[in-house]
Amino acid sequence: MLLRAAPWLVIALLTLPVGLGVGLTVLPAFGYLPVLGGNALTLQHWQALFASPGLSDSILVSLQAGVLTPLLALSIVMMFLAGISGSGLERWIRRLVAPLLAIPHAAAAFGLAFLIAPAGLLSRLVSPELTGWTRPPDALIVNDPWGLSLMLGLLIKEIPFLLLMALAALPQCDPQRRVAMARSLGYSPAVAWLLTVLPALYPLVRLPVYAVIAFASATVEVSMILGPTLPPTLSVAVLQWFSDPDLAWRFQAAAGALLQLGATAFAMLLWRGLEALAAVLGRRWQAAGRRRGESVVRVGGTFGVWLAAGLALGGLVALVMNSFAGFWRFPDNLPRAWTLQTWSRTLPELSGPLGNTLGIAAASTAIALVLAVAVLEGEQRDGRKVSPALWLLYVPLLIPQIAFLFGLIVATEFLRWVPDWRLVLFAHLLFVLPYVFLALSEAYRRLDPRWTQLASTLGASPWRSFWRIRLPLLLGPCLTAAAVGIAVSVGQYLATQLPGAGRVPTITSEAVALASGGNRSIIAVWALLQALLPMLGFVLALYVPRVVWRHRNGMRDQQ
Amino acid sequence: MRMPVLLLSMLALLTGSARAATPDPQDWDAVQAEARGQTVYFHAWAGDPQINGFIVWAGEQLEAQFGVTLQHVKIGDTAESVSRIVAERMAGNQEQGSADLLWVNGENFAALKASALLFGPFAESLPNFALVEAERFPEMREDFTIPVEGYESPWTRSRLVFYHDAALLPEPPRSMASLLAWSAANPGQFTYPRPPDFLGSTFLKQALLELAGDSTALYKPVDPARFDEISAPLWAFLDALHPTLLRSGRSFPGNGGELRRMLGDGEIVLAFSFSPAEASAGILAGELPPSVRTYVPSGGSIGNVSFLAIPFNAPAKAGAMVAANYLLSPEAQAQAYAPEVMGSTTVLSMAALNPEDRERFARIDPGVATLPPEALGVSLREPHPTWMEALEQAWLARYGAR
Amino acid sequence: MTEQQTNATSHRLQLQDVRLSLRGTLLLALDADVCGGEIVTVMGPSGAGKSSLLAWLAGFLAPAFRASGTVLLDGRNVLALPAEQRRIGLLFQDPLLFPHLSVGGNLRFALPAGKQDKDARVQAALVAVGLEGYAARDPDTLSGGQKSRVALQRLLLSEPHAVLLDEPFSRLDASLRRDVRALVFSTLQRAGLPTLMVTHDPEDAEAAGGRIVQL
Repeated sequence: MLLRAAPWLVIALLTLPVGLGVGLTVLPAFGYLPVLGGNALTLQHWQALFASPGLSDSILVSLQAGVLTPLLALSIVMMFLAGISGSGLERWIRRLVAPLLAIPHAAAAFGLAFLIAPAGLLSRLVSPELTGWTRPPDALIVNDPWGLSLMLGLLIKEIPFLLLMALAALPQCDPQRRVAMARSLGYSPAVAWLLTVLPALYPLVRLPVYAVIAFASATVEVSMILGPTLPPTLSVAVLQWFSDPDLAWRFQAAAGALLQLGATAFAMLLWRGLEALAAVLGRRWQAAGRRRGESVVRVGGTFGVWLAAGLALGGLVALVMNSFAGFWRFPDNLPRAWTLQTWSRTLPELSGPLGNTLGIAAASTAIALVLAVAVLEGEQRDGRKVSPALWLLYVPLLIPQIAFLFGLIVATEFLRWVPDWRLVLFAHLLFVLPYVFLALSEAYRRLDPRWTQLASTLGASPWRSFWRIRLPLLLGPCLTAAAVGIAVSVGQYLATQLPGAGRVPTITSEAVALASGGNRSIIAVWALLQALLPMLGFVLALYVPRVVWRHRNGMRDQQ
Repeated sequence: MRMPVLLLSMLALLTGSARAATPDPQDWDAVQAEARGQTVYFHAWAGDPQINGFIVWAGEQLEAQFGVTLQHVKIGDTAESVSRIVAERMAGNQEQGSADLLWVNGENFAALKASALLFGPFAESLPNFALVEAERFPEMREDFTIPVEGYESPWTRSRLVFYHDAALLPEPPRSMASLLAWSAANPGQFTYPRPPDFLGSTFLKQALLELAGDSTALYKPVDPARFDEISAPLWAFLDALHPTLLRSGRSFPGNGGELRRMLGDGEIVLAFSFSPAEASAGILAGELPPSVRTYVPSGGSIGNVSFLAIPFNAPAKAGAMVAANYLLSPEAQAQAYAPEVMGSTTVLSMAALNPEDRERFARIDPGVATLPPEALGVSLREPHPTWMEALEQAWLARYGAR
Repeated sequence: MTEQQTNATSHRLQLQDVRLSLRGTLLLALDADVCGGEIVTVMGPSGAGKSSLLAWLAGFLAPAFRASGTVLLDGRNVLALPAEQRRIGLLFQDPLLFPHLSVGGNLRFALPAGKQDKDARVQAALVAVGLEGYAARDPDTLSGGQKSRVALQRLLLSEPHAVLLDEPFSRLDASLRRDVRALVFSTLQRAGLPTLMVTHDPEDAEAAGGRIVQL
C-alpha cells in the first residue's frame, strides 16, 4: 500500500510547492501585493519590465545560453560516444568523468574564471615569456557581453552530466549489434554509431537535456560569476530586482520571474523545433547513404570532451594554487610566497557550516533515496510503469528556481513556518529528489527481473527479495545516486539562503557571501571546500562497492 | 480579485497577531535583564573575513559580559534581509522575525523606515549613545539626509578614499577633472564598480557633487523635472571617461572587492574604497602590493555612518539593544579600529571619552597606507537616497544595455 | 516437511483448460495432469508462448499476456496465490546464482524461514552434488556444470511441491548437458516432484521419458 501511494506522494511533494510558489509570483506580477500597497490588478509592472534597459539583450543571452549550451554539450557528447564506441572504454570514462560532476557549478565557474581571466593562471603561465605582457592584457574575457564565458562555464559542467546520463542509458540501445549491422553495410564505425545508435539513445537522454536547458537558461550562480553584466542575464536581473531595497521593485521582479519562466519555456520550444529539424536532416542523411564524416566526428568529440575536462581540472588547479597563494603579482608564474593563512583562518569557522551542509545533504539524500526506491520498487512489483504522470517529479528541474522560490518563501511565511534547517531540508529535497530519481531509475528498471522472480519461486516474499536480492545487487547505483544527491544539495544557494533566512549557513551560502568580498584566496578555499564534499561522495560511491564485493567477481559488471 | 483578498486575510487571521511584549528602551536595567539568555541574529554583510572575525570577537564579549549570544547571519547584500522582513510583514509575522539586528544605512534604511518595518526609537536611549556627541556631529542623527529619529544606532564611519599603486602611479589625480585628463592620457588603468553596487553608486554621487557646482538640490528628494538638467554634467563626464577605462568601459567590476583585486593584479593602478583602512588591510592580507597609498580628493569626499537597526518583529529586541550598545562602547570601537582587526573609523567623539578610553585609541597604529584622521579633509554629506536610486536607474538606462 | 526427500507423499500438478493469449491472439491451449515424479515435456517452436506459460504458472506473467484456466497443485488452486506462496520451483536457462552471495549464501537463501540446523542442510546439499567445501566460494568462480548443480540444490532446499524447467540445459555444451540432465531428472524423480518442462530439444524430451505435449 505504501508503495502504491509513493509515486503520488512524491509527485505531490514536488509539484505542489512549485505550483504554490509560481502562484504567489503571479499575483504580485499583476500588481497584487497588499502589504506593499498593491491592491488592484494592473499591467503596469509588465510595461515597466519591458521598458527596463537592456531587457531584450538579457532575454537573448538567456535564450542563447539555454539553447546553444545543450546543443554544443549534446553534440560533443554524442560525437565522443560515437568515436569511442566498441573500444570498451566506457567504464573508464565513467570513472574519470564522475568526479567532474561533483564540482558544484559555482566552484567550477570560479575555477574557470581564475584560469582564463586576463590576470588568470593561463595568462600568468605564458607571460611575459611568450606574450611580453608585464601587466594583464586589457581583454574582455570573463563577463563578456556575448555570454561566451558563461556558456563555457556551463559546458564544463553539462558535458560530464550528459555524458554520464548517456552512458547509463547506452546499454539499452544495444550499440554493438547496431553498429556491427551498419558497418557490414559499409559505414565507418563512428558514422554507423550516429546513424543507428543515436536515434535510439536520444529519447532516453531527452529529460536530462531538458533539465540542462532549464538550468542553462535560468542559472543564477554561473551567470553572476561568468555571465555578462551590462545587462546581466534575465535571471540575475530578476534577482537584483527582488533584492532591491526599494520594495516597489518587487512587482517588476515578480513579472520578470514569470518572464524567465516564459523564456525557459521558449528555449525548450526552440529545442523542440531543433529536434524536429534534426529528425528531418537525419533521415535525409540516412537516405543519402553518405559514409563520410568519420574523422570530423572522432576529432570533434574527443577534442570537446578533453577540452571540457581540461578546463574543469585546470580550474581546480587554479583554485588550489590561489588558496595557498600569498601576494601573487602578475606576471609571476607562481605566487611569491605560499601560505596556509587562508586555510588556517577558515578552518575554525568551518564547523558550523560544515555540519549544516553535511547534515542537510545526508538527510535530504536519504529521504530522496527512500522515496525514489519506493516509487521504483512499487513500479517493479506492479510489473509496469506506474504512471505517465511520473514525469511531474522533474518539474522542479524544469521550472527556473527564481520563478517559484520567492513565492514559496511567502507561502511558508503565511504558514508561520519559522525559517530553520527543516525548511532548508525541504527546499533541498525539491532538487535532490528529482536528480536522485534520474540517477537511479535507469539501473533500477534495467536490473534483470529474473533475479526477483527466482527469489519468489524460492519462496521469498517481496520484501525479503527486496532486502536480500534487489538492494544488494543495486548497491552501486544506489550509492552513485546518493553521491549525485549530495552534490546537488551541497551546491544549492538560493534554496539554502531563502528558506533558512541565512540562519542555516552552509558551505555554499558562506562561499557566496565571502565571494562578494572579492578576495581570491578566500574564494578559492571556499570553492574547494564546496567541491570536496561531493567529490568524497563520488569516490565513496565508486570504491565502497569494490570493497564490499571484493570477493564477488560477478558484481564487477553491476557497477 | 476577491478570492486572493479573502485567502490572504484568512491566512492572516489564522496566523494570529498577538504582539510580543516590547522592551522599553528607557528602562535599561530591565532591557539588560531581559536580554540575558537571548540569541541575537545579526544580519551583517560578510564579504570581508576581517569584519567576520570582529563579529566573532564581539560575540564572545557579549556572551561573557551580558549573556547574549550573537549569531552572525552572513549575507552578501543587505537588501536580501530587507526582502526577508518585507515577506514576513506580508505574512503577518509580527513577533517571530528572522532578524534581530541589521547592519544598514542609506536606501535600505530609508526603505525600512518608510514602510514602518523598524523597532524604535531606541538608539538615543542606549547608554553609550552619549559618547558620539550627536549635538556636535549631526551625521549621527541623519542617514543619507533621512532623519534617524532613534531608529538605528551608529556603529562605524565610512569615508570615500582613493588608493593607488605609488610604484606605477606616483602622482594620482585629485579631482574628477584631472582623473578624466589622466585616464585619457593613460587609457585602461582605471575603472569603477558598476552601479547599483553601493561603491559604484557612491562614485557617481562623488562625481556629481564635484561637477554639479551647486549641490543644494542633491540634498532634497529628486525632482524628476529637473533631474536631467542637474545630472547633465555627470553624464558628460562619464561619456568622456568610459572609453578610456579598463575594457573600454564595456564591462565593470561587480564590487569593491573585485576592484581591489584588479589593483592587486596590476590591471588598474587606481581604485577607491569606503574604508580608509582598506589599503593597509589589503597590504597586510597580501592582496595589495606594499607600494599602495591612500589619498582623498582635494575637494573632499563623501562620508557616511553605518548604523544598526532592529526590525519591528525581532524576537530578541532587548538582546539586540544590548548588542548595539556594546558595539558602540569604547572597548568594541577601539578593537574595530585596529587595522589588523577591521580598520573601522570610530563613531565616538574623542572629546566625550575619558582619558583611559582615549588611550585605547591612541595606542593603535592605523597602518602604513592609512591617512590620519586630520588628513582626511572635508567630509561631504550623502545626498538624499532618492538620488542614489535615480542615478543608478539613469546609469543603467545609459550604459546598461550593450 | 521432509516429503521431498523421502518420496512419502506424492504431489500432483493439474492444468485444466489453460489458454494463453497475447494481445487477443491465442498462443496455446493446454490440459495436463502431472503426477509426482513424472516429467511432462511441452515442445513447440519459439514464440509459441512456452516460457510465458511457465511464467504464468510461477506467478509473474507480463501484463501484455492474458491467461485463463485452472491450475491445481495438490488440489489447491495456486493461481490465487502470490508467487512466493505457490511452492512451484523454477529452473531457468541460466543457473542464475545470486552474484552477491556466496555459494552457501545462495543455498541458505532458499531455506524456508524458521528452519533449524541451516548450516547442516546447506552442507548436506553440497555433499549431495559433490561440492563439499564450496560453501564460501564466489559463485562466479564455479564451472558451468557446478553452477547448474548448485542451482538444482537451491531449488530443492526451497522445498517446492512442483517444478518447472525452462529449457534448463540449452546453455550447456553437449558433453556437460547429458550429465546435468541426468542428474536433474533423477533428482526430481527421486524427490517425487511433478515436473513440467518446456524445451525445443527432442533429446531433452526423450531423456525425460514422460509424456510429450506438442504445441
